[in-house]
Amino acid sequence: DFNERCAQCSEVNWGLTDGGRFYCRSCHNVTERTREVANTDFISNTRIQTISKDLRKQEKTDGGCEWYVCEGFQLVLKKQAEALEALGVCPQMKDEILCNFWRRYLQKSKQAYCNRPAGETVKALSVCDSSTDVDSESERPSLLHLLSLSESEGDLQTDCSFASSTSKISESTSVCSGSVDGSMYLMKNQKEKLRMTMPMTLSFCYMALLWLREPMTLSDLLRFVVEGHIPYLNVFQHFPEKMKLCGLDLKIFCVESWPVYEEVYNKMLELAAFLDLPRFPDITDSCFLHPDMLCMKYLMEANLPDELHNWTCRVVKKICIGEADFLTLVPGNKSTRKVKYDVLAVAVIVVVLKLLFLLDDHYEWLLSDFAEERNKNNKEGGPYFEFKKWYKVIKCSLDVEQKKLDEERAKYLWRCEKPLFYSAQKKSKVLKRRQIVVNLQNQFGKLSGSVQPAEKPNPSSFQLSWSEENTDGSCFHGHSLKGILQEKCGLLTAVNPDYWLCTVKLCTEKLCGHLAHYREVDFPQSYHFVLRLFSFLLRIQPSYIHDEVCVIEHKLFNKKLCKKPKYNICLRK
Amino acid sequence: SSREHKLNFKKSKEVCLSYIQDAMLQKQWKRAAEFLTFYIESLEKDFSTEYMGPSEMIWRIGTEILCHHSHSSMKEFNSFIEQMKTLGVKRYLKVCLEHAFHLLCNGLIDEAYQNLSLAESWRFGEQTVIQDKEMKLIQAYRGLLDYYSWSKQRNILLEHGHDGFEDLSVEQEMHSCFRKAAVNLKEIIKIPGVWDLFVKCYVDLLEFYGDHNEARQVLNEYAYNSKFPANPNAHVYLYQFLKRHGESKKSLISALKILHDIVPSHELMIDFNTMLQKSKKRKKRRLGLEVIFAALDYAGWKENVKAWNCLARQVKQIIISEKHLDWIKQEWNSRKDWWPAFHFSRYLAKRNWQENESLSYEKALVAGILLGKDCKYFKYISHQGCKAQVKRFRILKKFVNKHNPVYLRIS
Repeated sequence: DFNERCAQCSEVNWGLTDGGRFYCRSCHNVTERTREVANTDFISNTRIQTISKDLRKQEKTDGGCEWYVCEGFQLVLKKQAEALEALGVCPQMKDEILCNFWRRYLQKSKQAYCNRPAGETVKALSVCDSSTDVDSESERPSLLHLLSLSESEGDLQTDCSFASSTSKISESTSVCSGSVDGSMYLMKNQKEKLRMTMPMTLSFCYMALLWLREPMTLSDLLRFVVEGHIPYLNVFQHFPEKMKLCGLDLKIFCVESWPVYEEVYNKMLELAAFLDLPRFPDITDSCFLHPDMLCMKYLMEANLPDELHNWTCRVVKKICIGEADFLTLVPGNKSTRKVKYDVLAVAVIVVVLKLLFLLDDHYEWLLSDFAEERNKNNKEGGPYFEFKKWYKVIKCSLDVEQKKLDEERAKYLWRCEKPLFYSAQKKSKVLKRRQIVVNLQNQFGKLSGSVQPAEKPNPSSFQLSWSEENTDGSCFHGHSLKGILQEKCGLLTAVNPDYWLCTVKLCTEKLCGHLAHYREVDFPQSYHFVLRLFSFLLRIQPSYIHDEVCVIEHKLFNKKLCKKPKYNICLRK
Repeated sequence: SSREHKLNFKKSKEVCLSYIQDAMLQKQWKRAAEFLTFYIESLEKDFSTEYMGPSEMIWRIGTEILCHHSHSSMKEFNSFIEQMKTLGVKRYLKVCLEHAFHLLCNGLIDEAYQNLSLAESWRFGEQTVIQDKEMKLIQAYRGLLDYYSWSKQRNILLEHGHDGFEDLSVEQEMHSCFRKAAVNLKEIIKIPGVWDLFVKCYVDLLEFYGDHNEARQVLNEYAYNSKFPANPNAHVYLYQFLKRHGESKKSLISALKILHDIVPSHELMIDFNTMLQKSKKRKKRRLGLEVIFAALDYAGWKENVKAWNCLARQVKQIIISEKHLDWIKQEWNSRKDWWPAFHFSRYLAKRNWQENESLSYEKALVAGILLGKDCKYFKYISHQGCKAQVKRFRILKKFVNKHNPVYLRIS
């Protein structure tokens, strides 16, 4: 430990800045001495906020202070973790897991907790002033250049009025951002250091949830984000007053699109590898994320008979996707295909439905008619499951819910009350615009009639719910599959002898990014309907689920496929 | 791929817009207003690459909604438009102009006038130059309103006659309105375009103050300057002016000639034919025949007694004089295939006889000449007419029978 006397006040009362330097707690003098961080034991619950006052030029003209981009993200994560806690996630997630993941990330990306954090070497750039200190301007990239760099990310449509209002911004204007390292952030070669982005905050959250094996799938998480239960859009409005955002910060912290499942998931994998994390805690059959559990959940939500669960378990067992080794995430291991638990579970259900009902737009209706006949004479016991009835009920609900969802999307409000501007010059224009917007919203809001403002739906894991108490018979959980099963050699098998493969050959993911290519017209409508149902529940594209279905089928019928590689899309089981 | 359906700001606003569109098409104004509320934040994003940006969308959509919504008032509308004016400087004058139109449609003439005057005094650097066309229109419409005031005062004066002192102020105001109107109206009609209303008003002013030369020049320009789009009304106005001032038949005919070329079915073709028929010049008479045949090619004239009367008269005259039968032959040549079914069917014969005896008389004459006494139409009508013992039909029958051989030469 450091025991020298302070040069300024002669005290021996040292603390550590997050930059890893020693500072005197009495007089706040910062030394050049750094402390090597050898191990990864972290001091729990320290926050970057506690940088010594000296390093900050406080009391700027606009009441702002210096802040680094990673501090911003830290705040975002904190808010998200709090929201998750409010949703019922265990507090460990926020206080231990997420925190530590984050610190590890900071260390690995050399933003803190290391010898020479990248941020410190950056000269403090002028904040939001148009004072053009033209020295060393050759080093500074132009505003236009930086704005165009991250355009491909698509996070923020380039605001032409801000960036290219031609004559107004000259090449020599100093790069503007509220944060100290905003411009550096956008410039960094992201290949090496896995630059932090807003979608990545969700990757962090999911990673933490996965580590704790919390009962929340990625699709649940993303849905909660869209529904507003987890801060994401406009989360910067919770930044403290003195952290001013402007210029390039907007590119970093403002989102104008909803997080995409694939993107968040892949980033999570990258992150886990980057952080050198060990094998995640095992996913066993008592975990929520285990296919047996998730299948039960989705079966309930899809209003399908509970008896189908036996079948999903059988499929899971047969293709060994219930094994902990298969399900557990091992970061960095590129040979194994990574598991998307929610997609996997619904894909299993789809395969089971195909096994039992064929779903070729003929057989399922035939079976349904049989079941209907038998139901007429069936007085005792539960009714036989009729595909036709189920279809009608589900289609009705699905259409209603889809319509609601579509309208909600059309009514989405992206802007928040905290106005944003690229530079001080633009401030008055932005505020004026905002005023007009508010006026117009009020004016037309009054003309909207007595429309209740859409209340945030209560967060729930289930979007569709069915109760057996409904007397209209719209709940199919207790229905029996007897009509479509038969006994053979002591085993219950499906009456349906056939099966059709979604694809004979899987594509190579590396080449075209997909394992299969789904086009609605190429497949039976019943199949498409089932995909549409789960696509709605998970808020992902049907092709996604289709891919997974293909993989499962190939595992299931592996032997048969090896024997006859060329023909038979339709197999006899 | 999932990226294709990425929901982002732009996409969600596109979807919002389509909901607004649907609601408007179904006249669900409340719903349209509701979705518009969510669309409005697009103003805070820049869409300069789009063909039509959100501010223009909102202006147009908002205007529609406010016009139709049951709870909206003129006051609300005005306040909305004022905001629209601040949103797009490139559109400022256009918005002002359309605002003025709205006020006029709602009978708020004074307000419209104020708006136009205000807009006229707007200056905004190079925008003023770019929006020159709109500025001219604004001045023109203001001039029109000046004309309107002028004409009100003129009417007052005419009513009261030239007695009483109080008329002096009215007269002075009238003259001042005239000056203001004249300046602006004159300017706008210089630009090639369709300015019917402005031309009429301007000519009215000129005539009142006795400046006939200027009026004639204006009308000539309007009708004959090739830079102006072909406009039948221009010729009509010129003709009416010449007629009012007792000009020669020659000039009247020349004014209508072009009208015949552009709009052979125009209602003035009757006047035209009448003048031409009476002319001493053979060419003119020939033209007259052409004109009346051409007019009757149009369905709108089928039951016009006057038109048939013109044709009948001229045809009769030619038959009797036994000169220029070839004229009829020429005109009939291109029509003999379809006029019989178009004008002279048996069904029409019955109907015409039932509804309009005079019509059937005139038509029967023409049919009898062109198609012979044995044609369906003539036979039916003359039979009916004679049965009803109407004198002229007997005469008609005799006439056609007498001249039947002519038919053979024509066909």
